[in-house]
Amino acid sequence: MKNTKLVLSLFAAAVAVAGCSKETPKPAAKDAGQAPAASGAEVKIGHVGPLTGGIAHLGKDNENGARLAVEEANSAGIKIGGKTVKFTFVAEDDQADPKVGTTVAQKLVDARVAGVVGHLNSGTSIPASPIYNQAGIPVISGSATNPKLTEQGYKNQFRVVGRDDQQGPAIASYLASAKKPKVVAIIDDATAYGEGIANEVEKTLKAAKIQVLPREKGTDKTTDWKAVLTKLRGRNPDAVFYGGMDATGGPLMKQGRELGMKAVFSFGDGACTDKMQELAGNAAEGLLCSQAGIPPQAASKKFLDAYKKKFNSDPILYAPFTYDAANLLIEAMKKADSSDPKVYLPELQKISFSGATGQIAFDDKGDRKDAEMTIFTMKGGKIEPIAVIKSGKTQTYDEFVKTMGK
Amino acid sequence: MDTFLQQVINGLTAGSVYAVVALGYTMVYGIIQLINFAHGEVVMIGAMVAFTVINALAPSGLPPLVVVLIGAGCAVPVCVLVGYSMERLAYRPLRHAPRLAPLITAIGVSIILQHLALLIWSRNVLAFPQIIPSRTYMIGGAAISSIQIAILGICFALMAGLAVLVYRTRLGTAMRATAQNPQVAGLMGIDINRVIAATFVIGAGLGAIAGVLFGTYYGLAQYTMGSILGLKAFSAAVLGGIGNIPGAMLGGVLLGIVEALGAGYIGDFTNLCAYESLAARISDCDGGGNFVLFGSNYQDVFAFIVLILVLVFRPSGLLGERVGDRA
Repeated sequence: MKNTKLVLSLFAAAVAVAGCSKETPKPAAKDAGQAPAASGAEVKIGHVGPLTGGIAHLGKDNENGARLAVEEANSAGIKIGGKTVKFTFVAEDDQADPKVGTTVAQKLVDARVAGVVGHLNSGTSIPASPIYNQAGIPVISGSATNPKLTEQGYKNQFRVVGRDDQQGPAIASYLASAKKPKVVAIIDDATAYGEGIANEVEKTLKAAKIQVLPREKGTDKTTDWKAVLTKLRGRNPDAVFYGGMDATGGPLMKQGRELGMKAVFSFGDGACTDKMQELAGNAAEGLLCSQAGIPPQAASKKFLDAYKKKFNSDPILYAPFTYDAANLLIEAMKKADSSDPKVYLPELQKISFSGATGQIAFDDKGDRKDAEMTIFTMKGGKIEPIAVIKSGKTQTYDEFVKTMGK
Repeated sequence: MDTFLQQVINGLTAGSVYAVVALGYTMVYGIIQLINFAHGEVVMIGAMVAFTVINALAPSGLPPLVVVLIGAGCAVPVCVLVGYSMERLAYRPLRHAPRLAPLITAIGVSIILQHLALLIWSRNVLAFPQIIPSRTYMIGGAAISSIQIAILGICFALMAGLAVLVYRTRLGTAMRATAQNPQVAGLMGIDINRVIAATFVIGAGLGAIAGVLFGTYYGLAQYTMGSILGLKAFSAAVLGGIGNIPGAMLGGVLLGIVEALGAGYIGDFTNLCAYESLAARISDCDGGGNFVLFGSNYQDVFAFIVLILVLVFRPSGLLGERVGDRA
């Protein structure tokens, strides 16, 4: 009996320890929030991103972008419905957790925000989207790239970055034209992201009449890629594409070079970070990878200067996009002369706006038309942009920056 | 052929690390019939400590080899301390309890260690500083790096050292006596508490070195790395015959090779398009397409297939003889 108790208490302790990293707040079930009061003196604009946890720095960066736009609008003294409005910025933390994401979405709906910028992650944006949709509040994400977000048929859901299914073709066509490989090997990590982008790459390469070897797979926890790479080495591919994150992509590339593979290694945005250099060392040099959108340093000079002045630092990743997202909401309200979501939503759908990240217009789904994709390479231990792909056309990065400078 | 040779070399390297970890399992089992599931976590802590030390010393300008040696030199005492306290605090009080209690305790200790590491080193994948320049040599079309050669050398030296310790020294004799019958060994004047503690300490020390080797070989460390490594090493120990020291060495190396060859060739063998009678019926095969049932992402499965096969057909393992008697 004593032992049974001991076993049980140990088990309970184990469960408690294992459970402490998870939190399970139930999203409040609530009927559709009412539309916020039309054209008042105060208009609330919400922002959601992770402000705590592993990617808190990116969440703060996103928030700063949107905050800057709102404060600029306030100092410009915008008039809606004849009255000068004061925009209030409501920042929420979703901890990059889907469950918390739905809770704070409900909180914003209850606070009667007129529009929302966010969320940062696809994983939090997708579950939160039905809540905003039910309340009819326009939401613009500046960083969620999963295609599913805008495939749900919600009229109020937008994004100002590209989609993963635009990114795959972009990196594949760049690889095909810049490196002219005859045989390409494709590996993925068997996750929705990795498999999805690998499939897009394979489609594009096959359409370009490039031979693609049978797909190899790992997992998102694989550390030993040698068996796969040895097999591939025997078939002598000119290039390798890996759909997965940097934590697995780094070791993959390092081990490939150790085995003496000369192929060009290419990756999607999950492995398009400086961390690749840490994980693969010098072996990472020369890799190709893509990111949805443009690098922050390519955003308009006006935005970059204002950001630097306000926050005394440079934007990290998606701040120019959240800045544009907030400006789009404000612009649509101005055009409609109302902050009522029902009234200004149609304006947002047909908007054409020149933002910090270039010209923005939305298609029927709420995706950005002609979203840019940027190709990077690893040079001297840092990833550097080398080309920008927009509506199927490739420009070198320097040319692109010149057109943005105007 | 060079592909085959390369897979064998890869398997041999990974397998020799498994073997060193497996020794920790098998020694403890041999003496107190406890499967110490927390051993994988000890290996992880070894890698983490080495990571911290190497990271701190990397910019100091010391020769890379010295930095790594200092890293290992710090990891070993920390792991030894963890191994000793684990035995003293968690297992010794339960020495005479029914066998299930220490087993569950081992799982609990493993979870506690893993979460401690999470608190200290975060949940991120840590990139091991790559300070040792790796040179690659080609042998018959297969590449072998200087790090691989070093890992093979160190692992086999550790195994040989352990064999000498167990079969040629007084402590080793005491360990073997305790393994055969603790009560009688105690009557012969052997302090069995000390011998058992020594077993944990030696196993943890070996685990620490294995952790450092694993970290430098793959270039990364994470708080979860111990669990899968531990399970594979456990499978290796069972394959060789748990409780049997040469068995763990053989089992580890064999498992590494089985895994490498399995992952390297499973995709080809389960590509249904390679079989003409089937290919005609599968539309994916048209025009040189492929229909692969199991890809190399099943690599980790081989260790467990081996574990199951051994348990079904030869429960005492390849070299094990007397597992049944007191289990």
